[in-house]
Amino acid sequence: TFFCFHSDIYFFNICLEDCLSSLWKHILHSSEQIFLWSDTFQLVSVKLTKAAGQDLEAKELSVVLDGVDASPKCIAFGRETYAFFYLKKKRTTLIIGKDLLNIIKTKSGNNQFACIACHPTEDCIATGHADGKIRLWRNFYHKKDYTFSTLHWHHDTVMDLAFSMEGTSLLSGGVESVLVLWHNESNCQKDFLPRLGSAIEYISMSSDGTLCCTLHTDNRITIINSNLRFSKSIQGLIKSRDVKTGLVVDPRTKALVLNGEPGHLQFYCLQSDQQLFSLDIVQRQYIHQAGLNQADLVKVAFSAQGKWLATVEEREEVTDPELQLKLWLYDEETQSFKLNTRINMPHEDHITDMCFREMDELEDDSLILVTAGRDCVFKVWVMVEDTDPEGSVSWSCDFVGSYHNYQATNCCFSEDGSLLAVSFEETVTVWDSITWDLKCTFCHPPGKIRNICFGRLTCSKYLIGATDYGFLCCWNLLSCALEWSAHLNVLVLQPDPLSEHIAAVSWLSKESSLFVFKPNEPRPIYIQRNLCKEKIQLAAFVPRDEPETIVSEKYHWLRRSQLFFLTDTQELMTLSTKSLEERLTPSSKQLAVEESLPVTPFSLLLGKHRRQQSHEDIDLGKQVHNKHKQDSPAVKELLHTPAHVLPSASFLCPIFINSLLISKENKSAEEVADEVEMESEKTEDDSDEERGVTEMEQEDTSAMELLGEMTRKLSKSQEKELRKIRKMDYSWISAF
Amino acid sequence: MATYKPVVVQAFPKLGERITKDTAYWRGYKTPVQIKEFGAINKIDFSPVPPYNYAVTASSRIHIYGRYSQEPIKTFSRFKDAAYCATYRDDGNLLVAGSEEGSIHLFDVSGRAPLRQFDGHAKPVHVVGFLSDKYRVFSGGDDYSSNLWDIASATEIASYSEHTDYVRCGCASKVNADVFITGSYDHTVKLFDARTKSSVMTIEHGQPVESVLLFPSGGLLVSAGGRYVKVWDVLKGGQLLVSLKNHHKTVTCLCLNSSGQRLLSGSLDRHVKIYSTTSYKVVHSFNYATSILSLALSPEDETIVVGMTNGVLSVKHKKPEERKEQSQKKRQPAYRTYVKGRTYMPKQEDFCVSKPVKRVLRKYDKLLKSFQSSKALDAVLEPPIRLYTPEVTVAVMQELHRRGTLRSALAGRDEKQINLLLTFVARRVIEPRFTPVLVTVADMITDIYQPVVGQSAIVDRQFLRLQEAIGKEIDYQEELLEVLGMMDTLFATFTEKRATYLEENKSNGLTETIETNTNN
Repeated sequence: TFFCFHSDIYFFNICLEDCLSSLWKHILHSSEQIFLWSDTFQLVSVKLTKAAGQDLEAKELSVVLDGVDASPKCIAFGRETYAFFYLKKKRTTLIIGKDLLNIIKTKSGNNQFACIACHPTEDCIATGHADGKIRLWRNFYHKKDYTFSTLHWHHDTVMDLAFSMEGTSLLSGGVESVLVLWHNESNCQKDFLPRLGSAIEYISMSSDGTLCCTLHTDNRITIINSNLRFSKSIQGLIKSRDVKTGLVVDPRTKALVLNGEPGHLQFYCLQSDQQLFSLDIVQRQYIHQAGLNQADLVKVAFSAQGKWLATVEEREEVTDPELQLKLWLYDEETQSFKLNTRINMPHEDHITDMCFREMDELEDDSLILVTAGRDCVFKVWVMVEDTDPEGSVSWSCDFVGSYHNYQATNCCFSEDGSLLAVSFEETVTVWDSITWDLKCTFCHPPGKIRNICFGRLTCSKYLIGATDYGFLCCWNLLSCALEWSAHLNVLVLQPDPLSEHIAAVSWLSKESSLFVFKPNEPRPIYIQRNLCKEKIQLAAFVPRDEPETIVSEKYHWLRRSQLFFLTDTQELMTLSTKSLEERLTPSSKQLAVEESLPVTPFSLLLGKHRRQQSHEDIDLGKQVHNKHKQDSPAVKELLHTPAHVLPSASFLCPIFINSLLISKENKSAEEVADEVEMESEKTEDDSDEERGVTEMEQEDTSAMELLGEMTRKLSKSQEKELRKIRKMDYSWISAF
Repeated sequence: MATYKPVVVQAFPKLGERITKDTAYWRGYKTPVQIKEFGAINKIDFSPVPPYNYAVTASSRIHIYGRYSQEPIKTFSRFKDAAYCATYRDDGNLLVAGSEEGSIHLFDVSGRAPLRQFDGHAKPVHVVGFLSDKYRVFSGGDDYSSNLWDIASATEIASYSEHTDYVRCGCASKVNADVFITGSYDHTVKLFDARTKSSVMTIEHGQPVESVLLFPSGGLLVSAGGRYVKVWDVLKGGQLLVSLKNHHKTVTCLCLNSSGQRLLSGSLDRHVKIYSTTSYKVVHSFNYATSILSLALSPEDETIVVGMTNGVLSVKHKKPEERKEQSQKKRQPAYRTYVKGRTYMPKQEDFCVSKPVKRVLRKYDKLLKSFQSSKALDAVLEPPIRLYTPEVTVAVMQELHRRGTLRSALAGRDEKQINLLLTFVARRVIEPRFTPVLVTVADMITDIYQPVVGQSAIVDRQFLRLQEAIGKEIDYQEELLEVLGMMDTLFATFTEKRATYLEENKSNGLTETIETNTNN
């Protein structure tokens, strides 16, 4: 529900831009009333009286009904009636009409209501049910004589329904990810648009009936022509059920790589919030049906230059898992990865970790892949040249290592590739990567090893390990002794590929904290307590295009690369040192570039004219106004950014107000604000840090929760706001 | 929007040799013709001129065979004892042969009696040959000497007694008329120049030399002896270029193909190996019934003739070039219909409508696309798919299992269909690539049809066959495990010396199935 509601807002945005959604339109049309339903399960009617211009004024507000489901799928407005059903009692009651014209209850069984749609021209209501049937209700003005007909194709819950504008056809969608078009309300005349990618959550028709769009559970909108032809899809970060692959950075594109559509690998560009491409790894038809064990991607590794990609897919089976290790070679011609080698059952049990030997300067044939498996061995895979005259290469197993029949849990190579560390339950073993001799073992009982990584650059003599008993240990590889250890329940251990820093995310009593440290000293460089409320599952350092200049010593470790987190609710977050306004500036600059027109004689003429005008303005002493227009990227950004990616209004408010200030005063105001923050830092430790963490993509922000948060925090934020406003210099008002 | 993805039929790498250009080339020979000779065949030599007859020396006779004749077209049998090494002259008119009694006979190919006889060797002469000027003959005998004879006067020109053991092989340079080489059982190959008094070069082969060969360019020398074939660079003063050890018994004969790109070696281990003369790797090999003594390739590689110790001559002819079948072709639409409108250039006001590419799906894919599981299974149980591409059948079964509809697809079948299914399963379940899937299928079939067991004799028999097949496989696996255990103990004793504690169980490759696939 969390996701649904937010996505609905998403949806509305699109519908408003593109074409008004039927629901919205009806609300406006139906006798100047607006019906609102909120999380208090109330249906409220607002009487509107047309005032001058476009503003509408609400006059009366009355509660129509209590106990309405918050989902907009539960209400529909017909020609002169509306129908909705309850969430209470498991969505079993259908109520028609404002004056409770008729109440229809479903009999027991699996046929609760799931969604509802009203015929635009006739008195007909279509309801979708959990058993996959669609029922068309007629003649419902009479208490007992109502009739219904059934349409059945879906095998699972009908998620949403929509009538075409004339009412001649009905669209339905569900988990099967097939859009079904029913003609003339008959069971036999239907068309399908199959394989839409993932379950359909919402369907909407445009007012002129030429377009239809569907919203999917994986955070995607598909726009479809009226003749059921796929036309376009709008997508950002695809939400997958479970990110098993971890966050991996593609060395070639610097894109974030993780599970996308089932069986696919998505390459997500962080800068442009776009999916670069989706690579089909499993290459099998995905069946959208609950309770099926289908092969999914579980591990991904890139070679240092991004030339090779190794993927592991597995299918959970009761008796024995079905595993496949695939190696993909980047094809320069097609600009995509091409399958080179497929290995069936590389291990007899699940593969727990996989890594390439990352050696930048060495040649291709020194490339080694290591996989660690729960079948108590780790395997080394090397490239071999095929015997055929073309000299193509394929991969085969070179060495199998094990340690006392313990399960291999993690593996990683040292920076220069000379050592391989493999953790076997409680023990870390270090192997020579040329002779495959066991060099030494480290152990920190009790507790199994959860994560291991080597230090980099100046700290390459250290090996870091985190145990599930809550210890972070650092071993010196030269002395083979424990250098230091700390008591910390580390969930994620992520080394920065470009510096010595290692980020550790811990989970303690319902909050995640971030610790950044260098292996050569046990004292962390940076601590961020209460990073977020959710459990952080994964983290990744994404190298910046160019090192950023960071003034603050505290954030110096973020200079070369940026840290991203993925929580277990699949929110992608990042740590930023800059304020929101600063961050928005570059993108608004980009906008300005886009707006710049090509130099034509006309534009030159116009520009001349404009310049003249601005000179005149200065002469007239309207400098203030001008500056105002130029120096407010925040305002511009506010107006240009789609609403769904903007932070909450309470967050934007001070920036907006600050942007209205004149530059001189602005500075002082900021200083004042800083002082306030300094003060507050002393009093409440976490307020500043909360500011540091901002959601990069608020795909999962529920309006419901947002609302709730706002009411809870209103007093707090209000206070803060008030305090700020009190300290602000309002002398600028006199300038007007 | 994604399109339907067809079922992935896993391609498994073919076991054994890969098909390369060489294998295709060398396989293009007909089944050998066997001709029985009187004794071990010590030499086969092709006439260098058409129609490329060949002389076979066996026992006390020299037979000359035509290209396709099974019977000798001519026989020289004027030998008291064994004859050796009948060799043609470059023009194909003369034939020279050594003999057990020590004399060398020169024959006219068209005549019967010897034209000349060279006497001088005290012991049997195993090797004779013409120098490239056509007027001289060299010979090597068991009296350790290598001699040079003048054909016209039948006199000895020179005699080199440098070898210290039997001289058993030799060859003349094609570039220089004065140069010839001989190989001996004293492990050396000596290069002689008729203009000098002694040998000009000695190459130490390391084993008794059985055969020598000069490349047409004269720069490279190949010697065979023991299990080794060694290639020497003559121009660099006899430097060893490469040493090949691909036979496991003595290599007895060498031969180049017509293009000089491939080197053939025959050995007592019954194999003929073909090497590339650029990489010196074995590109193909033939095997024969018994040990090979002699080997020859006709010009243009038209015929391979191999002589064996038991006197059998094996003759392989090249298959004629396959002509493309033109008969029984369906009458297709005229060429004009295909090219109609192809050359049309769209004008600016034209609205182009591109035709979507139609993907052709197999029958089972079409059925799977529309979720018709039972029919899809029926489709892959059709005889051609079931018999010739069982991997397709198994892939579809796996796909059905993945979709959770395998059970319903297997259920509700009549006696004939169950019989069919069980036959397939019983036959294929022991193949490692199919085992995981077919075990599940067998499990389901037994589950579903358990209540009806005993109603049909045919089905019951199939069940018993399945049981038998699985029982056999289990026994076999147990045996394999035993062998594996034995090998592990052996390996353990080896590694003890190294005193390391790493466990290297590469031998487990026997039980795991690693398939690599490059063309997918």
